[in-house]
Amino acid sequence: MAVLVKVMKRPVKETSYLRATLKGMALTLSHLFRPKVTMQYPEQKATDDWTLSSRWRGTHRMLTDEQGRAKCVACGLCPQICPANCIKLVPGEDEEGHRYPLIYEIDEFRCVFCGYCQEVCPEEAIHVGVHYENSEYARDRFVYDLERLCAQTHPVSTLWDPADPQGE
Amino acid sequence: MSDLAFVVIAAIKVIVVVLGLLSLVAGLTLAERRICAWMQDRLGPNRVGPQGLLQPAADGLKNILKEETLPAQADRLLFLLAPAISFIPALLTFAVIPFGAPLHTKWGDIPLVVADLPVGFLYILAISSLGVYGITLAGWSSNNKYSLLGGLRAAAQMISYEIAMGMSAVAVLLIAGNVTLSDVVARQATATPLTWNVVPLALGFFIFLVAAFAETNRLPFDLPEAEGELIAGYHTEYSAMKFSMFYIAEYSNMVTASALMTTLFFGGWDIPFTTWDNAAPWTLLKTVASVAMFAAKVGFFLFLYIWVRWTLPRFRYDQLMALGWKVMLPLALVYLTVIASAIWYLHVQLGWGYDARFALALGVVNLALAVPLFFVLDRGRLVSGSVARERA
Repeated sequence: MAVLVKVMKRPVKETSYLRATLKGMALTLSHLFRPKVTMQYPEQKATDDWTLSSRWRGTHRMLTDEQGRAKCVACGLCPQICPANCIKLVPGEDEEGHRYPLIYEIDEFRCVFCGYCQEVCPEEAIHVGVHYENSEYARDRFVYDLERLCAQTHPVSTLWDPADPQGE
Repeated sequence: MSDLAFVVIAAIKVIVVVLGLLSLVAGLTLAERRICAWMQDRLGPNRVGPQGLLQPAADGLKNILKEETLPAQADRLLFLLAPAISFIPALLTFAVIPFGAPLHTKWGDIPLVVADLPVGFLYILAISSLGVYGITLAGWSSNNKYSLLGGLRAAAQMISYEIAMGMSAVAVLLIAGNVTLSDVVARQATATPLTWNVVPLALGFFIFLVAAFAETNRLPFDLPEAEGELIAGYHTEYSAMKFSMFYIAEYSNMVTASALMTTLFFGGWDIPFTTWDNAAPWTLLKTVASVAMFAAKVGFFLFLYIWVRWTLPRFRYDQLMALGWKVMLPLALVYLTVIASAIWYLHVQLGWGYDARFALALGVVNLALAVPLFFVLDRGRLVSGSVARERA
């Protein structure tokens, strides 16, 4: 019994292998001399037509006040809303009754970079940032403590504005 | 020349050719990746060394340091031998290819060919068909169905296309009247490149080119590897340096096939538009210039290999067999008959010697054959497949 193989029905009279081959080769040859789209990443981090969005949600950053103290008042909203449960907050209170975080740690491995912490923060203290290069040699280095979060200098993400959905 | 001198000179030539071939192969792996990248509007590997030139060294180092794996059910001896079996013929073939004008030394003129065999062309046919053993044995000894399929395909494909390849090259021998490759080159070397065999045997060159692509398992004929369907075909189970050997074998085969096309059809090391390089007295300048010319021609064909690989999709297996047996073989046979008749007519009846006029006359015959072939046969029939169409 002959085996039936599904064969596409082609317009036999009009098709050609050789001319199509030559056409294809002309195309690949022309691509050989076209400008390349590759961005030379470590040296070059943005091109004329590509930059990181200002709404990019990357490495966290804790903003500080004029005295260099974290703006955080340890209200507990960010660990509450965090879907990945990556924020560890132990609140403390000084003698004047100001609340501040005794421990504030973010596990960047657990974080899903949803940006809810930034959205929920009443003091505009914790932010996600426009930054992504955070490789380390040890896993425990990925738990950022308060000091390290405050020391970050990259720009913070802008929140999505419903009135301006395209970010223009 | 004494026997000792002959042995010493031959040994030096062997070493030079092997080292040259292997470094060319190393460069070729990089060229393949970079040209492929450029054709896809990318840059390709450019990090190791200037413009990525040390990438082959890095790859080699990585392959030496990698773990060698041996499948538990593999035929141990053949599994270990197969990479060498495919690697050696690839290098052996190059032995008879003349790659430059004789080198003038104080010990006499040394022909730049490792072994100028009187049966050079037959030697090439014999050795190049050995390459299939390595691939088939690799596929069989791996004891893996994908490898086995790859090996089987390699065997079927190489045997099918070898016939067309040999037939189309016989036409070259008809013109040269000799199977020694240095004579083939000498016959093509005149003041004009019109006497290069590609003019009188244009269609034969086309058949040879297609068959050579199939023989070297390069796209569009890379069915033995066929990564989309057979994982990696015959070298699925190979790792580290053994895998690398197959890679080197593939590229050496490409170099040899390119050198063969250059020698048989493009005048070998002959520099076009001059006869300065073809006559004694031999000087170092002539040798260097002719070797450079040979390298340029081979380089062009290597580029063609890469260019075609990154342009064409792979044949289906039945298309491959249909093309080989139903198109290439009859075409090569008919072509050989026509060319032999034409040569007989021109040579015996009209008494012409081989020169530009002779070549042009044969070129016209080729054109007359090529026009109906490409404009009638190539209307979807060439590779439309040998299987029954689906029932309506």
